[in-house]
Amino acid sequence: MTSIIIISILPIVLLYLGLYKAQKALLPVAVLGLLAALVTSVLQWTILDEAQPIYNGMLLYNNFSVAFSVISIISTILILLLSKGYFEKISNHIAEYYAIILFSLAGIIVMVSYHNLTMMFIGIEIMSVSLYILAGIRKNDFASNEAALKYFLMGAFSTGFLLFGIALIYGATGTFDIDGIRDWLLNSPRKIDPLFYTGVMLIIVGLCFKVGAAPFHFWTPDVYEGAPSLITLFMSTVVKVAGFAAFLRLFSACFLPIAQFWTPVLLVITIITLFVGNITALYQQSFKRMMAFSSISHAGYLMFAIVAIGAASANAIFMYATAYSIASIIAFGGLILVRQQTGTDGFEGFNGLANKNPFLALVLTVAMLSLAGIPLTAGFIGKFYMFSGALSQYRIWLVIVAVVNAIISIFYYFRVIVAMYFRNADREQVEVPAYYKFVLGFSALATILVGVYPTVISGLIK
Amino acid sequence: MTVSILLFLPVVAAVLTLFFKNEVAKHAALFFALVELGLAISFVTGFVPNASIQYLVDLPWIPQFGIYFSAGIDGISMVMVLLTTVLVPLIILSTYEHQYKNGKALYALILFMQAGLLTVFTALDGFLFYVGWEAALIPIYFICALWGGENRIRVNIKFFIYTFAGSLFMLVAIIYLYLQTPSKLYDIHSFYELSLSLKQQNWIFWGFFIAFAIKMPIFPFHTWQPDTYTEAPTAGTMMLSGIMLKMGIYGVIRWLIPNAPNAFAYWGYYALILSVIGIVYGSVIAFRQKDGKRLVAYSSIAHVGLIAAGIFAWSVQGVQGAMIQMISHGINVVGMFFIWDIISRRLGTRDISLMGGIAKVAPKFSIAFLIIVLGTVALPLTNGFVGEFLLLKGVYNYTIVFAAVAGLTIIFGAVYMLRMYKNVMQGELNELTATFTDIKGSERLVLGIICALIIIIGVYPQPLLHLSEASVTNLIQTVSAKFTATKF
Repeated sequence: MTSIIIISILPIVLLYLGLYKAQKALLPVAVLGLLAALVTSVLQWTILDEAQPIYNGMLLYNNFSVAFSVISIISTILILLLSKGYFEKISNHIAEYYAIILFSLAGIIVMVSYHNLTMMFIGIEIMSVSLYILAGIRKNDFASNEAALKYFLMGAFSTGFLLFGIALIYGATGTFDIDGIRDWLLNSPRKIDPLFYTGVMLIIVGLCFKVGAAPFHFWTPDVYEGAPSLITLFMSTVVKVAGFAAFLRLFSACFLPIAQFWTPVLLVITIITLFVGNITALYQQSFKRMMAFSSISHAGYLMFAIVAIGAASANAIFMYATAYSIASIIAFGGLILVRQQTGTDGFEGFNGLANKNPFLALVLTVAMLSLAGIPLTAGFIGKFYMFSGALSQYRIWLVIVAVVNAIISIFYYFRVIVAMYFRNADREQVEVPAYYKFVLGFSALATILVGVYPTVISGLIK
Repeated sequence: MTVSILLFLPVVAAVLTLFFKNEVAKHAALFFALVELGLAISFVTGFVPNASIQYLVDLPWIPQFGIYFSAGIDGISMVMVLLTTVLVPLIILSTYEHQYKNGKALYALILFMQAGLLTVFTALDGFLFYVGWEAALIPIYFICALWGGENRIRVNIKFFIYTFAGSLFMLVAIIYLYLQTPSKLYDIHSFYELSLSLKQQNWIFWGFFIAFAIKMPIFPFHTWQPDTYTEAPTAGTMMLSGIMLKMGIYGVIRWLIPNAPNAFAYWGYYALILSVIGIVYGSVIAFRQKDGKRLVAYSSIAHVGLIAAGIFAWSVQGVQGAMIQMISHGINVVGMFFIWDIISRRLGTRDISLMGGIAKVAPKFSIAFLIIVLGTVALPLTNGFVGEFLLLKGVYNYTIVFAAVAGLTIIFGAVYMLRMYKNVMQGELNELTATFTDIKGSERLVLGIICALIIIIGVYPQPLLHLSEASVTNLIQTVSAKFTATKF
């Protein structure tokens, strides 16, 4: 549990560093602190997964939490490394950036390790409030302001739903503890109070909003497009993954006994999410917007693990989330570099990239193949786990819908590859700083390593 | 010695090739491909031609999902391995006259693709099979799209989506089979031991069938093929038509029919009809083509249709005919595309109507062309004859009507192939063809080897047939024992 404490203190340290104008120290201190949190988190991993709830049953830091903390912390480290030289260009208040991202991360760690609905709510709120600020941090930029306002209004609304749901469930069961609620469900009289079902529905609405699942996705494209690219990256990877971890934890540990009630609801949401994300992504002319919509469709794939809930669900979400996060980091890293040179977010900015920047084109190709779910990349393993899970519950039609969507997604992911390799354009070489080389190269290698030999990480959660 | 050397060597070779200079890369690639061929030959000499699986490798890969890196070679695989390892060096050698921009990448992709193909042909694990299947697709997409003709972007995205769509349905079928196995394994033998209901088998059948039918391609799933073949660089066309489409045929023999025997007994008849339609359709359209490369592409649909028909007839003659015809078709079609590569490189066009009289200025070329044409039209004592004879016999035993229709391919094939030869090589020289120079150097070597193979296999096919005979017989017996539904 030391990692939560480290991650909570770290941003305060960073704020003081900013106060004393030690801007050069910000990134090293943040990264070192996160590495320390990473190590303390990994040390909590136990073979038998026999962790007990701590802090009066508020948190349960089991292997599930370790795995999701690790992927969240690693993604954050990679994102921070990409931010070298990025925030300086768009704002004078660099320390705040680092601090707020880390505050958000602290909320995320709570979200993946809560054992009590109040803690879940607190985690989500710590994360969200930080994000409202981050989305609007380019104070003089119109789109950034719009993004922040939209996100805040919609987010506050959905928080209301979530909180109302939690309150109704408390009203029905008399407890916030997720084991307590489950026991109540198992031992409850023949008929469960309608209050409880209403609460579950409201929680589904609140969580679907947070993970950007259709039809609660309308904020995503504008917010993702308006926010600075690195913040978009943070939102579409770490935040989304944490949202799903929280989602899964609640539904697998707590609401499992009434699965026949919420499964049809989530099934419909899943299918809508897949189609909305994919088909809209198909028509985008901007790479960034394409990534925004495709992230909706990835939310759809991640929902698979919850719809077909079972013993392997946690592992499936973890694999998929890892693959998706790493590939997104490459994609956005590449986008930032290309944008700096060409000034556009569109696909045409990538034209002819392979001639001048073979390395950049190669890692972006790996990322696109992984997002499209082509074998020998991590993305395929993620999809494979999801399909296996759904088929094992005999949801054949769901899998066929997913297959159709996987085919659609080829069109827009391959547009990037086509632009980079097969279209010619007069362009200068894009300069790739050393930090970027490291992050992009590391992510591409990890994508292939996990794709070829997934056993390296699939044993983390039993 | 296990098959893993055979699978990993091309991967290592592909990576190493990238470190050479562009001018030297082709020599390096050829060297690696020849080493691979040497390995394959040593595998053949040590191979005991019975039905057992040899050179087995079985390592845990994702054990908690029952996935093992499990591969081995039986008679059927041996023939496919031989086909791949013989053709790849020939294909590399046939590119020697081209100056490809960034050539080392091309050769690395060819070698990487070889690894994927060999994985498909030797995999004994459903997951490994799927991974190999896709690992062969990615390189060929890049080969065709990077070094292809004008319409390469549109054509290749169509090709990729077509094949990827098919293979995803196959993946679903494979996962479904895995979930049915009692011990939760992707192992092919535990798939074979399942006894599923006819309804379940129908799903499995269609999942696999779509993937394989697109790959081969069988009518009406062929629409990607002529465009892709025409737009691809010659090396890509050769890899596609010579080796890659055999993945589909091999898949039918190894994965489709044994895993869904009853569904096959029910649907096999319709699959056979589609194959026969493909034969006639391919031939008729080939007849009308002016572009030589396109003509060969359509003729390939016809030839593959016959191979598929022989397999769907499911008898020892039919399948054995398919085995040897896969080799023959691979050699012939690579020869044919090389011929057109030479012509288009020299004359700058592939339009048959603009040509004539080349035989007068290029006698060596004309002999090689003639031998390849004769092999393609299945003249006795050429390699095409052995296969087509066995295939037709297999179809004949099934129904005489189909054999009669399928037999038309021999006549049709002779008509359009000989007509093509006549228009290109004979008649009067014109201004364009007078500039044609005879083959030399690496071209002569490639065509010489191809012609030699055509005649050797045509005269003495026994060793090849012997390689796969025991495995084919065994497979057909085990599967036929499972048929419960009545045949039509």
